[in-house]
Amino acid sequence: MPIRLGRLLAVSRKEITQLRRDVRSLLMAFLVPAAMIVFFGYVISFDVKDIKVAVLDQDRTPRSRELVQAFEAAGRFRVTDRLARYDEVEPLLDRGAVRMALVIPPGYEREISSGHAASVQAILDGADANTASIAQNYAGAIVSAYSARLLSVAIPGGSLVVAQPRVWYNEALESPPMIVPGLVATIMMMLSAMLTALTVAREWERGTMEQLAATPVHRVEVILGKLLPYLGIGLIDVAAVVTLGMTVFGVPFRGNPLLFLVMAALFLLGSLGLGIFISAAVKTQLLATQLAMLATYLPSVLLSGLIFDLRSMPWILRAISTVVPARYFVVVLRGVFLKGVGLDVLWPQGLAMIAYAVAGLGLAVRAFRKEIE
Amino acid sequence: MTIAVHVRDLTRKFGEFVAVDHVTFDVPEGEIFGFLGPNGAGKTTTIKMLAGLLAPTSGEGTVTGLDIVRDSEAIKRRIGYMSQAFSLYGDLTVEENIDFFAGLYEVSGPRLAARRDWVLAMAGLERHRTQMAADLPLGWKQRLALGCAVLHEPPILFLDEPTSGVDPVSRRNFWDLIYSLAEKGTTIFVSTHYMEEAEYCHRLALMNRGRLIALDRPAALREQMVEPILELQTSDGPGAARALQGAPGVVEAAMFGRAVHVVVRDAAAATAALPALLTSHGITCGSVTPVRPVLEDVFVALVRREGGAVEG
Repeated sequence: MPIRLGRLLAVSRKEITQLRRDVRSLLMAFLVPAAMIVFFGYVISFDVKDIKVAVLDQDRTPRSRELVQAFEAAGRFRVTDRLARYDEVEPLLDRGAVRMALVIPPGYEREISSGHAASVQAILDGADANTASIAQNYAGAIVSAYSARLLSVAIPGGSLVVAQPRVWYNEALESPPMIVPGLVATIMMMLSAMLTALTVAREWERGTMEQLAATPVHRVEVILGKLLPYLGIGLIDVAAVVTLGMTVFGVPFRGNPLLFLVMAALFLLGSLGLGIFISAAVKTQLLATQLAMLATYLPSVLLSGLIFDLRSMPWILRAISTVVPARYFVVVLRGVFLKGVGLDVLWPQGLAMIAYAVAGLGLAVRAFRKEIE
Repeated sequence: MTIAVHVRDLTRKFGEFVAVDHVTFDVPEGEIFGFLGPNGAGKTTTIKMLAGLLAPTSGEGTVTGLDIVRDSEAIKRRIGYMSQAFSLYGDLTVEENIDFFAGLYEVSGPRLAARRDWVLAMAGLERHRTQMAADLPLGWKQRLALGCAVLHEPPILFLDEPTSGVDPVSRRNFWDLIYSLAEKGTTIFVSTHYMEEAEYCHRLALMNRGRLIALDRPAALREQMVEPILELQTSDGPGAARALQGAPGVVEAAMFGRAVHVVVRDAAAATAALPALLTSHGITCGSVTPVRPVLEDVFVALVRREGGAVEG
């Protein structure tokens, strides 16, 4: 049976008319993605700023005050408490009032002046391991910079090796450039699967499937006809989310917009197909939306490399992640947004996008039956 | 005479349950072919198999010469189908429903305009074209569904209990529409469980428990009833039917509205004997009148002859 464009468009037109009257779906289609990008963009942040520090200066010398000043000047730390006794440190960390305590032992200046190495102690609240390790790195960097300065003064004319690190793509190592492009994948996948999850199940629940199945319409026409309006919505959402990411979060867009559009459309097709597949397979709207949520949200947040580095996961999770489409799209998004790279780099991900689109649509067509019992 | 629908040993099982059991019949072109039987008799399952919505377990059939298994999608272009439950889109207007199904049947351009007007006029919905289908009274919904099923002017129309739940006046109107379609040469395949509607059909197939138990013109079916029937007006219908069941000279006693229809071996003898018999059960018998058999009598008699009970 040949595919007829007229019948396909009749399905699309009907779907658009129904969608226009369905406030719930419209809200979901147009407000949720914008709300999600803003919400997640602010919530998911790995930036560690304003680390509260308690200082126990047992040396009380110009040199020890210099070190404390170096911490205050670095911008990441804020000295909130100046302590007199060592046993004051523990209650502060217990309460979480400070993240770090800096202890400068007595004799600190004397050691330095006599040409010996002096040590200072940094006690960190490891309950939040992520923040603790970042604070530790900052503290280490401040101390090395300070000792380098001391050395250069002490050994006039002597030379030192100084590392000059420079971070590419996300110079300030801020969270939004890392998170926002990847979030586009999660939002698009979840939204498109949720939207289409309703469409076939609704026909079953309302009994309209019987009349539809009695017409000569081909199942490919039904699937593509239903998908087309949602592809349009999806692309509008992508544009909106990208604009928000650039304006609200200042994320750069350095790559080729056309390449991005094609990749996004393929990713959308796969996700929309997945939604229709779920909808056609379970035939009830409630179950279909729940399954669609589960099948898209969890993997695309946990196993996509969006938040958690895939390389540090156990092999079994890494193996599962190879079939999570969002994993490849996150690479595309970061590549296009931050690195400005093209197909010469992203072609493997491009192939993954094509495979996903084909698989999603294939599953949808296979699951859709024109048989009524 | 060309055969529109041809069915041989058509069978459909759902697990162990045999919904349609080796059914065989032919429907010539232009006929109003009625499918009569209680709920669960297998009418709907048979229609779904013929309309290409359900694959048969065994047996064969053709619709307009096309095989119901191999060519089911081609059949769908040549038939109209109206399901038992309302299955148009409630959140689309009358006109949007028409346009949608016209699109699926590839009716477009000037033909669409003409067909849309025809359907609106036929269904009496000209002044309701922008009304949501969900808000229409049931009788109007059914006419709209009929209209959507005939947009492409199919030579065969399958109607599965099109009037169930509809008030008598709307039912009569609906049958007028069926007649006018049949007059233009459309073959109509219609199922019903309303006995009086069955009388409107050219030929009737009686189904019970998945099997075809009789197939003939309504008048011929009535003539199959050789035994006379008496209609009794009594003070207690159900009690009288129970009392008379198995009484001497009584073949069958069944409720018929508020009266009791009694199939007897000898009308004169029974007319004399039955009132006394009822009095002995404490039931007053008002009148005993011989009546012409109606289809319901035929149906009850045929099921009894088959050795089964009417199901449903």
